[in-house]
Amino acid sequence: MVTKRLFACVVSALLMAGCGADNEPNDGRKVVNIGHVGPLTGPSSHVGKDNERGAGLAVDEANQSSVVIGGEAIKFRLISEDDEANPQKATVVAQRLVDADVAGVVGHLNSGTTIPASTRYYEAGIPQISPSATAIKYTRQGYETAYRVMANDEQQGKVLGDYAVKTLGAKGIAIIDDRSAYGAGLADEFESAVKQAGGKILAREFTDITKVDFTAILTKIKGIDADLIFYGGMDAQAGPMMKQMKNLGLTAIFLGGDGIRTRQFTVLSGAESEGVYASTPGLPLEQMAGGTEFREKYKQVYREDIQLYAPYAYDATSVMIDAMKRANSVDPATYLPFLRSTDFKGVTGRIRFDERGDLKGGGISLYRVTNGAWKYIETIGGGE
Amino acid sequence: MDIFAQQVLNGLVLGSVYAMVALGYTMVYGILGLINFAHGEVVMIGAMIALAVISTLMGVSPDMNPFTMIFIAGSTAILVCMLLAFFIERLAYRPLRKAPRLAPLITAIGVSILLQNLAMIIWGRRYKMVPQIFPTETHELFGATITSVQLFIIGISGILMAGLLLVVHFTKLGRAMRATSESQRVAGLMGINVNKIISVTFMMGAALGAVAGILVAGNYSVAHYSMGFMLGLKAFTAAVLGGIGNLGGAVLGGLLLGLIESVGAGYIGDLTGGFLGSHYQDVFAFVVLIIVLVFRPTGLMGERVSERA
Repeated sequence: MVTKRLFACVVSALLMAGCGADNEPNDGRKVVNIGHVGPLTGPSSHVGKDNERGAGLAVDEANQSSVVIGGEAIKFRLISEDDEANPQKATVVAQRLVDADVAGVVGHLNSGTTIPASTRYYEAGIPQISPSATAIKYTRQGYETAYRVMANDEQQGKVLGDYAVKTLGAKGIAIIDDRSAYGAGLADEFESAVKQAGGKILAREFTDITKVDFTAILTKIKGIDADLIFYGGMDAQAGPMMKQMKNLGLTAIFLGGDGIRTRQFTVLSGAESEGVYASTPGLPLEQMAGGTEFREKYKQVYREDIQLYAPYAYDATSVMIDAMKRANSVDPATYLPFLRSTDFKGVTGRIRFDERGDLKGGGISLYRVTNGAWKYIETIGGGE
Repeated sequence: MDIFAQQVLNGLVLGSVYAMVALGYTMVYGILGLINFAHGEVVMIGAMIALAVISTLMGVSPDMNPFTMIFIAGSTAILVCMLLAFFIERLAYRPLRKAPRLAPLITAIGVSILLQNLAMIIWGRRYKMVPQIFPTETHELFGATITSVQLFIIGISGILMAGLLLVVHFTKLGRAMRATSESQRVAGLMGINVNKIISVTFMMGAALGAVAGILVAGNYSVAHYSMGFMLGLKAFTAAVLGGIGNLGGAVLGGLLLGLIESVGAGYIGDLTGGFLGSHYQDVFAFVVLIIVLVFRPTGLMGERVSERA
């Protein structure tokens, strides 16, 4: 009985605390909540925090410029939630944001969390802009609420396929993938792009994320004289794969997606990584329209360097606020159609959406390992 | 380059490692009738300890002779693994020796999970790079390419396995082991310290496992807290294929499994006209296992034994 009463006290105290937050003095402006979700704890928390800061920067700037929407002075507030990069947790926090009546959501960070969460936002009619989810499925579910400001894996696979045939001049290509949603998806897009560009696929081999021995499939690839190997998968497998290629005397060019364009890859494969090519959606900071300026601004506020996707989170938030301004409403149902007609000059480049909510002409950047580190080569598409 | 010869060689390298790990399973099974699922984790711990020692040595004196370095790292890993196996048997299995068979089996799975998580806490979740101690030299053999590390793997596993067979069949200790395997009670009555023999068996298996772990890490240049799980499962399959409880069978089963996997992955696509791809590599190995077990339920070299009382 006592515990029950205690529980009731705690609950009411919490509820009151919640009310207090809503009624905080806000210089008479109307408060509009914008949700942000990313992993704020766990191994990729540094990237999640980075996104949160990018979105926070956009919100602060909007507040300083005294936005008036629908005749009312508006104060934006960022509600940041942690999805721990976990799909189950993602739907829970998505529901929490829906219950908090957010006007829109910037997030999530990973494809695996963005996709399940998008159903919640769609059902609630809340616009969602992911700064960094690249899986094709996200914008193929028929949800008019789902947007992203980064090129997707289809665009990435296309650019890679084209690059392999036209720029690298591969005559015979072998494809390996790790059977994961990401790896197999990217490899499929790559394969069709190669065929379209007139390239020849000699073999399609498979492995999985528990394996470290690839000698059997690599030997087979050596036997058919492929001059380029594409790998759809992550750095942890690609590293040992490079060593085994070297041991077998395979000299084919090695190409991969953003899963291998990490520092971990160059560490795991050591000297063998030299000359490997890989792509990453988006542009390196130096190549972005407002990149240098944004870097300075970010550093001034947070006293730290940008980790990864902060400029995309910043742009996603700005695009959302821009659509509200043009619609002259913060009501999701009213401003959602205006999101579709976005033409925004952001830090990462010009942002326009196609009918699915994908970034129109998103850029894909190519990199090559030189002296043990990834070096930028060029960006294909985007960059307007 | 001869592709077939290369695939056979790949299979032999893979198979030697499977065989060494399979011996650890089969030795314990032979004596206790227990499937020691924690053995794969002992292999992983061996690799991780050796890696930690090598990293430390490289930090302290980078100019150390690579052979001295590998010797120190190897003996440390073997020692740690033997101690670990001793304590696993003493604390987890011995109290359950008279319990129904299911109890120690579940305990074994528990120990495996415990060790894996312990390793994760100590060494982290990331794949660890194994520094290259020896320069990679490749040799030509029957038209196939082989690295010195791979030659070393085949050589050392051959020597160790032969040594084990000699110990078991021609020494007093081996005779005691074989006697314990036949009947613990009668062996005890004949003056054999059964507990000691069982401990020694666990420790010998762990020593072989530690060496296998080091060889795997060296060959693939990576080590990871979960590397023992799949390796253990494959080695267990190899032990069953050869006839669990039979030492020669474990060696045969390991080599065979390696060859089947390698040749299977290389040729399955061509054999089925592209209908099945290399992702059926594991399926292929297990189909062979099932076929063998249908015709020889005790494995290739397993003898028909009456159910232990």
